[in-house]
Amino acid sequence: MTSSALTEPQRYLEAQIRWRPVEIAFWLATLLPFVLAPNYLVLASQIAITALFALSLDLILGYAGIVSLGHAAYFGFGSYTAGLIAKWGWGEPVTGLLMAAAAAGVLGYVSSFIIARFRHLALIMITLGFGLLLAEAANSASWLTGGADGLQGVRMWKLFDVFAFDLYGTTAYSYSLAVLFLAFLVARRLIGSPFGLALRGIRENAVRMPAIGAPARAHIRKAYTIAAVMAGLAGALLAQTTETVSLETLSFARSADVLVILILGGAGRLYGGLVGAIIYMVARDQFSGINPQYWYFWIGTLLILVVLFLPNGVLGGMARLMRFARSRA
Amino acid sequence: MIASVFGVLFDGFAYGMLLFILSVGLSVTLGMMNFVNLAHCSFAMLGGFVTVTLTDQLGWPFLASLPLAFLAAALVSVAFERGLYRRLYGASDLDQCLLTIGIVFVSVAVAAYIYGTIQQPVTLPSYLRGTVSIFGHSLGVYRLFLIGASVAITATLIAALEYTRFGAQVRAAVDNQRMARGLGIDVDRVFAVTFALGSGLAGLGGALAIEIVGLDHAFAFTYLIYVLIVVAVGGLGSITGSFVAASLLGISDMAGKYYFPELGAFLIYFVMVALLMWRPLGLFGRR
Amino acid sequence: MRKVLILFAAIAAAVLAAAPAQAQQTIKVGVILAYSGQFADPSAQMDNGIKLYMKQHGDSVAGKKIELLRRDTGGIAPDIAKRLAQELIVRDNVDMLVGFALTPNALAAGDVSAQAKKFMVNMNAATAIITTKSPYMVRTSFTVPQLNQTLGTWAYRNGIRKAYTMVSDFGPGHDGEAAFHKGFKDAGGEIIGAVRYPVANQDFAAFVQRAKDANADAIYIWTPGGPQPAAIGKALAERGIDPNKTKILGQGELTSEDALKNMGDAGLGIITSFHYDYNHQSAMNAAFVKAYNEAFARNPDMFSAGAFDGMHVVYEALKKTGGKTDGESLITAAKGMQWESPRGPMRIDPETRDVIQTVYIRRVEKVGGQIVNVEFDKVENVKDPFKAAMKN
Repeated sequence: MTSSALTEPQRYLEAQIRWRPVEIAFWLATLLPFVLAPNYLVLASQIAITALFALSLDLILGYAGIVSLGHAAYFGFGSYTAGLIAKWGWGEPVTGLLMAAAAAGVLGYVSSFIIARFRHLALIMITLGFGLLLAEAANSASWLTGGADGLQGVRMWKLFDVFAFDLYGTTAYSYSLAVLFLAFLVARRLIGSPFGLALRGIRENAVRMPAIGAPARAHIRKAYTIAAVMAGLAGALLAQTTETVSLETLSFARSADVLVILILGGAGRLYGGLVGAIIYMVARDQFSGINPQYWYFWIGTLLILVVLFLPNGVLGGMARLMRFARSRA
Repeated sequence: MIASVFGVLFDGFAYGMLLFILSVGLSVTLGMMNFVNLAHCSFAMLGGFVTVTLTDQLGWPFLASLPLAFLAAALVSVAFERGLYRRLYGASDLDQCLLTIGIVFVSVAVAAYIYGTIQQPVTLPSYLRGTVSIFGHSLGVYRLFLIGASVAITATLIAALEYTRFGAQVRAAVDNQRMARGLGIDVDRVFAVTFALGSGLAGLGGALAIEIVGLDHAFAFTYLIYVLIVVAVGGLGSITGSFVAASLLGISDMAGKYYFPELGAFLIYFVMVALLMWRPLGLFGRR
Repeated sequence: MRKVLILFAAIAAAVLAAAPAQAQQTIKVGVILAYSGQFADPSAQMDNGIKLYMKQHGDSVAGKKIELLRRDTGGIAPDIAKRLAQELIVRDNVDMLVGFALTPNALAAGDVSAQAKKFMVNMNAATAIITTKSPYMVRTSFTVPQLNQTLGTWAYRNGIRKAYTMVSDFGPGHDGEAAFHKGFKDAGGEIIGAVRYPVANQDFAAFVQRAKDANADAIYIWTPGGPQPAAIGKALAERGIDPNKTKILGQGELTSEDALKNMGDAGLGIITSFHYDYNHQSAMNAAFVKAYNEAFARNPDMFSAGAFDGMHVVYEALKKTGGKTDGESLITAAKGMQWESPRGPMRIDPETRDVIQTVYIRRVEKVGGQIVNVEFDKVENVKDPFKAAMKN
């Protein structure tokens, strides 16, 4: 084996990790709402949280090929854990956040043993079933979760003892954005590593991977656990920034929404979830403002148009356009 | 006690039959073309609304509206298949998901706009209402009708599949699409006709469902989960599979509620997960 | 230099555009409802109630114009409800928040109302503790204990000794169960069985069979509405339960106009407790129903009444404060308010800021070919018993 064969994959991975100017522009743009839209920070923080949730789904769906219709289970679990920790007296945000994410990770790890053994429709329906069962359990355990009324009594302390969670959402957005960015860095590193490549290999052909030395099931379990931690992180953020938790965080509707968001943005692309979350939530907010009863119609039309004209999501379509433009240039 | 067991089984089986009619179309088309049509229940909803419009606003008799519910759903599905779905046969599963979910969103909004968001009423003819006593058990007439209709439909479908040429083509296309094409079977045409039939059946199911589970603008969403469960548990592309899965789910749902009401909704999901872990391809699935 | 100036101008324009217009002559009312999704119809009825009140009383109060800003929560979504409340206050500078079809949303917005010290009118959400969330909140609908505990007490006083209960397995259902049990048992009755059915349940045959097997004097059923009342009615008929021998009791949603239409004759004889029916016999209600039908081509229901009365509180409070819109003035004006509503006499309890009203006991009967709720008994001046018990 010549040295160039050894460095080819390495250079490919390094190219993946290198920061492109458009990425730097993207992250700088996320700071704009502070200046240009200070009255929209609460919405911005919820977009950041949804983006983090979509990123976590991208890890398993876009990269490992696991279609999950029950990913909200980890989001909601993180949300309730963070809410309960605060309710029971420990209102410190960052430690609460980490504990909740860890709890969601444990749940993810345990379920990954079953998840890793199935594929195709069975896998989809099993993830759906798990999500529905957890949602039912939360409804039944209303002594713990508050049931349909939601969790009451969640009061957060000041962040770093200085920044209170206020009506304007400044602290909420800064906090959510920071957590999103850090989680993004982790995801980026992961995707750009041999582990990330292996995941993509598993997505394409799970049977073959062990033959070339990648333990498919162990990798899937690892990816699934990490995705659960991230989803739990997002859920915990929502609980802390809104000081409410409801059964809706565990619902099928939330799982379905995040799936739609990810496909919209472009699954299998690092920024797919982020772009999808921004587009979907801004569109929904705007359509809902214009026409509260029928915003569904416009969102549905948007989705249909995106699929017809931008296959593989917005980012996928744009990548295709760029390639087209470049080939013409 | 035995009377109540029989009553529970009967009601559960009737509910299962409703799920079967709603799901069988999706099972066959998913098995044949692997096209993820999440808008299947939108066609069911369309059939339901056709019946509501005909019986409530135009005064048609209920039974007469059923063939129209079937036809309307079938025709609209042909339009969608030609116009939209055809373009995405080669697309990824995810894109198909997104397109069909978009269609569901639009259909729910349109239904809400035209019919409002209330529960839709249906007026049944007097001979379909009430109960009848058979072997000492009091059985709902409508449920008997539902079971009868479903069994007839199943028998027709299976007979058509086994004994007609078209049925043979359908079976071939489901088993191995590439090979079927290689043998000169026009798979696209077979699929188009099957898709229309399946959606038509969904429309019929939607019309029949009003009396049992009600109809509102969100039907296309609400029943999607149950239909997916039946299709997954039964096995893609299998009529028998859908029949058995639907009956199983209907009965276990009913029995669970009677014997273990505290478990409530748990049971149906639990049964689904357990069955799928045992048989990932579904009870009668092949691939 | 030119570029810097242009940039400066752009930023200034953006900042100015973002700054809300200070219109001193308008009173902004933020309306938060679930316009889309499962609860779209109740929300539409509530919106209609608001519109009708404004149509009848004009859109100005105390010399200022009322401007409605509508926001959709999409269903049960306390995080969205909270954000919308925050945005309405921070971005749009509303003077008060009204609406709220759903409890989790009302609870979340209550937090915002307390923090921002804004007047809030809860026009529907019926869980007892909601009004405790903010000292600036009033409720103009009803509470679950108010209707169900009263029914429980009434049941015993009218000859029912053994009852079997079945309720929807979520918050409000549990509340209804607890309230009925309390009222019934405190009066001396015996609960011989209690079951909770899944929230999304469509088929009641199994549950009704169990109830039948228990052989009670009465079966109490709690349902939030939707497709369930019709399914319950049919199950009752199919399983052969005679409402004359076994009383069927419930909260008014069981026999709403839609439910009765879908149940048909199967609903005859069901007894419910409720605070509003379009069939209530009073001159004021007759006028209300007529005006409502002219405007919206359908009958009003409890959602419409709750919203209509809610707007009444808004208008009267503003008249009392002379147009002042701070939370403190408005809530002081609202406490103790008393008036005649299409539903009957109504009062806002000065202590709990909750509604005190008459609970009607109705039976489903066929009147002139129509199947309607006929009021045949009532309990007056009912306070919310849950909060009353909390005090002791």
